[in-house]
Amino acid sequence: MEMIPLAHILVLSTMLFFIGVFGFFTRRNMITMLMSIELILNSVNINFIAFNKYLYPDQLEGVFFTLFVIAIAAAEVTVAIAIIINLYRKFSTVDMDEADTLKH
Amino acid sequence: MSAETVIFYILALMATAFGALTVTTRMIFRSAIYLLFTMVSIAGIYFLMNMEFIAGLQILIYVGGIVVLIIFSIFLTHQSGKKLPAPKRKNLVGGALIAAAGMALTLGVLLAHPFTPASQAPIDASVKTIGIQMLDYTNHGYALLFEVISFLLLAALVGSIAIAIKEKKE
Repeated sequence: MEMIPLAHILVLSTMLFFIGVFGFFTRRNMITMLMSIELILNSVNINFIAFNKYLYPDQLEGVFFTLFVIAIAAAEVTVAIAIIINLYRKFSTVDMDEADTLKH
Repeated sequence: MSAETVIFYILALMATAFGALTVTTRMIFRSAIYLLFTMVSIAGIYFLMNMEFIAGLQILIYVGGIVVLIIFSIFLTHQSGKKLPAPKRKNLVGGALIAAAGMALTLGVLLAHPFTPASQAPIDASVKTIGIQMLDYTNHGYALLFEVISFLLLAALVGSIAIAIKEKKE
């Protein structure tokens, strides 16, 4: 693994991050927006692990940050899906633009 | 070029290709499956970096938990075989512009920055070392954060049940 330069791993995570950002801005369906957020969180995890591995191999801080990010992502997804299902019962849709009761 | 390098580039290509398919396909179920493949490719990259514990957690929580939860919520809220509506032109242009500009900025900074690889001897990143440091409360341990995270997960569990529960009609 030492042959691969750190910059290549960071380029991979940058691409994944902005794919997630693109999806977050273009999709109007709440579940697909949630998937884009998962992509963004995953790219951040790759960064943490790569920095830990290449720049600070004598410590484990990147591993711990990744662990906590994964735990918080799991908590976030459970609550988000509960909200989405509750919203579907009220509006019969999961489209962002349809659920605009609070707007008016 | 060693085998590890080739495998890394194949996995990186798979992760980005499936990631791009996740955000562009108009079949929502396929989108979830592509997300699953992206997660598995990223887990493979963790394996290549000798982070077996994180790779295992990635597969266990993301692939086995989060994606399955997303698939269940798709089953609950979507009719099968129905395509998602195409994104609005305004959103598409705006999103593509923001993503391209952000990527150009980040890559410009990143590729110009000289990273100096560390020379220290690598620590043993096994489950034993991680577990000892996580439950340690004296020298830079994470015992308090561990407890806080467990409370957060409990709160998320109870909260999601409270939100999703059906109200009784009076």
